[in-house]
Amino acid sequence: MRLTPKSATLLILVALIALAPVFFPSGFYYRVGALVFVNALAVTGIVILTGWAGQISLGHAGFAGIGAYACALAPVHWGIHPALSVLLGAAASAVLAWLVGRPILRLKGYYLAVASLGMGILISMVLNNERALTRGPDGIGVPELGLRAVLKDAGLGLSNGQFWYFLCGIALVVGAWAALNLRDSATGRALRALHGSEVAARTVGMDVARLKLQAFVISAVYASVSGSLLALQNRFITPDVAGFLHSVEMVTMAVLGGVGSVAGGIFGAAVLTLLPQVLTVLAEYEQLVLGAVMVLVMIFLREGIVPSMLRKGRRREE
Amino acid sequence: MSELLQFLLSGVTVGAVYALVALGFTMIYNASDVVNFAQGEFVMLGGMITVFAHAAGAPLPLAALTAVVATAALGVAMNKLAIEPARGAPVVSLVIITIGASIFIRGAAQLIFGKQIHRFPAFSGEDPIRILGATILPQSLWVIGGAVVIFVGLWLFFTRTLLGRAVLATSNNRLAAQLVGINTPFVMTLSFAMSAGIGALAGVLVTPITLTAYDVGLAFALKGFAAAMLGGMGNPKGALAGGLIVGVLEAMTAGYLSSQYKDAAAFIIIFAVLFFRPQGLFGRQSTDRV
Amino acid sequence: MRNLLTTAATAALVALAVPALAEIRIGASLSATGPAAFLGDPELRTLEMLVADLNAKGGIDGEKIKLVAYDDGGDPNKARTFATRLIEDDEVVAIIGGTTTGTTMSILAVAEEAKIPFISLAGAIDIIDPVKPFTFKTPHTDRMACQKIFEDMRKRGIGRIGMISGTDGFGASMQAQCKKVAPDYGIEIVADETYDPRDADMTAQLTKIKGTAGVQAVLNPGFGQGPAIVTRNYWQLAIDLPFYQSHGVASDGFIQLAGIEAVEGVRLPGTALLVADLLAADDPQKPLVDAYKAMFESKTGTPVSTFGGYAHDAFLIMTDAITRAGSAEPAAIRDAIEATAGLAGTTGVYTFSPEDHLGLDLSAFRMLEIRGGTWTLVE
Repeated sequence: MRLTPKSATLLILVALIALAPVFFPSGFYYRVGALVFVNALAVTGIVILTGWAGQISLGHAGFAGIGAYACALAPVHWGIHPALSVLLGAAASAVLAWLVGRPILRLKGYYLAVASLGMGILISMVLNNERALTRGPDGIGVPELGLRAVLKDAGLGLSNGQFWYFLCGIALVVGAWAALNLRDSATGRALRALHGSEVAARTVGMDVARLKLQAFVISAVYASVSGSLLALQNRFITPDVAGFLHSVEMVTMAVLGGVGSVAGGIFGAAVLTLLPQVLTVLAEYEQLVLGAVMVLVMIFLREGIVPSMLRKGRRREE
Repeated sequence: MSELLQFLLSGVTVGAVYALVALGFTMIYNASDVVNFAQGEFVMLGGMITVFAHAAGAPLPLAALTAVVATAALGVAMNKLAIEPARGAPVVSLVIITIGASIFIRGAAQLIFGKQIHRFPAFSGEDPIRILGATILPQSLWVIGGAVVIFVGLWLFFTRTLLGRAVLATSNNRLAAQLVGINTPFVMTLSFAMSAGIGALAGVLVTPITLTAYDVGLAFALKGFAAAMLGGMGNPKGALAGGLIVGVLEAMTAGYLSSQYKDAAAFIIIFAVLFFRPQGLFGRQSTDRV
Repeated sequence: MRNLLTTAATAALVALAVPALAEIRIGASLSATGPAAFLGDPELRTLEMLVADLNAKGGIDGEKIKLVAYDDGGDPNKARTFATRLIEDDEVVAIIGGTTTGTTMSILAVAEEAKIPFISLAGAIDIIDPVKPFTFKTPHTDRMACQKIFEDMRKRGIGRIGMISGTDGFGASMQAQCKKVAPDYGIEIVADETYDPRDADMTAQLTKIKGTAGVQAVLNPGFGQGPAIVTRNYWQLAIDLPFYQSHGVASDGFIQLAGIEAVEGVRLPGTALLVADLLAADDPQKPLVDAYKAMFESKTGTPVSTFGGYAHDAFLIMTDAITRAGSAEPAAIRDAIEATAGLAGTTGVYTFSPEDHLGLDLSAFRMLEIRGGTWTLVE
């Protein structure tokens, strides 16, 4: 039996998530793993938007902010269960993405970058300034999801770190599976054709603006869910989650790992989440090395780490 | 009346700072279509190198000159070491390279200069000038003057000189430019040197007002980028106008509406412009290439 | 690709693993870079300096201190990760840190769950109110800073003020606390403006305050370059009202940045650290303050700030507690910290109790006024 690339990617992902804990020397590694998965989920959305639809967003952290604050605010103010708040945040993000994207994505070029930058900054401004609701820059507590207690009653006792490691891992697998299905669907094929040549796509009768808008809305949902998971896991959230730096971090992870492939995005998220933890040994030189790594990868592995490595590997086989 | 004038003077001061930063983006963008995210770091270096050269005993003009030349040299090095080796890569990758370079430069500045906040004396004294009950600092006039001089210089360069047109030609179609005998690698080197130099000069002029530290670059880059986008990326006229509009708008919003949301004003205007005039106030219409 | 992943994972594991040694391991997560670096940098340098000094003197009862310090860049998410790492991986017995309120709240949750004593260096009152068993803090709360300032305003007969606050955590939190306690002192806030910490010019906001009817004084909560620019603009506009800054600028660096002409007459609540020369010879804080100031300024070449002082006091409380406990067990350290009484630090004299995990009162703040480019005590 020969595996399709899609099943191969998913299988490797599931195996890595399931087996990695065997090698964990301490509980800290569950925390880092969970962060890798949360970031990878947001980056998978960027792969759809940037890798396939060819659009750049510099404000995706704004959606993560909406997802995060939905989980902080909705349970307290409207008594909505945190799990439903995740969906509420995702719906709000999708609507906002649709509103912003609709006028902008009819234009060609990098205008989405500017519009999303403005949108992200406005969202983080509201989170910072509306103290009465969000409690401002010092952040706000987030209610407990409650699922861990349910599992415990059902006889599955997990530490907090383990629980979030596996929950975020499952979320990532589902997200990657959905993205890979999307890629092989008619929409996905049209998107990638569009990325090749927008003019050519339009001449064969594709509704280019609508396709780009769909990609933007879907990627916003990924970012929002990622923000929700981060908030629920940390039990505390500040407006930093919606900050410009977080937006840039998402794009960087995607491009570094390989923005054209889901596996690449996940790998990029893993590298940039682990790197700062490894680089703490360098203390003050951390930023210097991080910047240098980014530049060098983009020079020598242009398509990103995973696609470039795969290509080299294939060439060797031939 | 004097209130309105004060808001206006405040807005023009801040707007000139944004305009200076925005002007720095034009050269590199015109030569390569790349929005250089390290532009803010050039501004930071201009201020920081001047601070340290001045503290080491150099008179202020010499310290400022050192900063501009050193930063321009760094711009050239960045082009040679990071941008040129990646020639042919998609624009997104080049933008990520400039983000990487900015993190690198910030990291290096933190090691070399430390994390303290610095300032050096204003060029022509600190005493405010009073106009009809409002005040402006002499240094603000230097910033405004600097922005105008750089704008005129760039505008003349792009419209009146062969080299300037060569830069525009390179951006429009690199291959065609090479075919008509334009030395495109030289054009790239030149635009990085000029962008970095302009950035550093901006840093020198604004530091007595804004103060400087190793991490001020990002804030400058963001506001300068917004201003440049509002005016039309790549157009010196747009950079100058965009900067001043954003600055005045912020001051008016702070003065008459809410200081909490003054930064929102600029972006709301940008949304409006994107909607009605996506190429920016002064941008060129672009055409499709199949 | 699988090979690559395995190699990367192994490399990460090797780099992360730290061998266990017999020593007292104290963890720290500070914002040595990022927007709060102005606070976090002197804190980190202070801790490193004090640990080296204590170890050179033989440590605590012959046991050396090992400081494991991480830079969270002011990001609460990173702070939580580092707190987890300090406890689970580095197996520290206590944590100092949390430069900002945001990072502190993240660390606090992890430390409380793992029952590890934690001394925060951030201002907000929420950190210790309500009291959490393992969390303490060394700085005054921002509410106390407001109270001290309003007390002084009342003495000068000021009842209506304008506020201009930074939108960062420090400025926004103090702005909220001041608004909350102002009525207790009969003070009315008639103008309430803000600025972004990265703004280049605040004359628009100050002009608005200046034009507000009945303003008798202006207060500026914030830290870093913002207050320096506000002070310069205040002078530029020739506003002729008493001007108050917060403890966020309590450092000689502020005077240099804002300029001697602009800071004349500015008042702020500060700690003994800034007025070391003016302290009475029998002041319990004097020997400590003198020693720390001399050591920090000779080691780093930069003037001491209140923030470095917070880290100094946290380390002092921690080592004092470990010495008294005679044990480096987290629970024993916690109990000893809570029993701290009459311990003089640079910020004030600390006395903790099960109901009070701050241990300072208003008397620790001293109202300072800048005269002729130097700090003077307001009596």
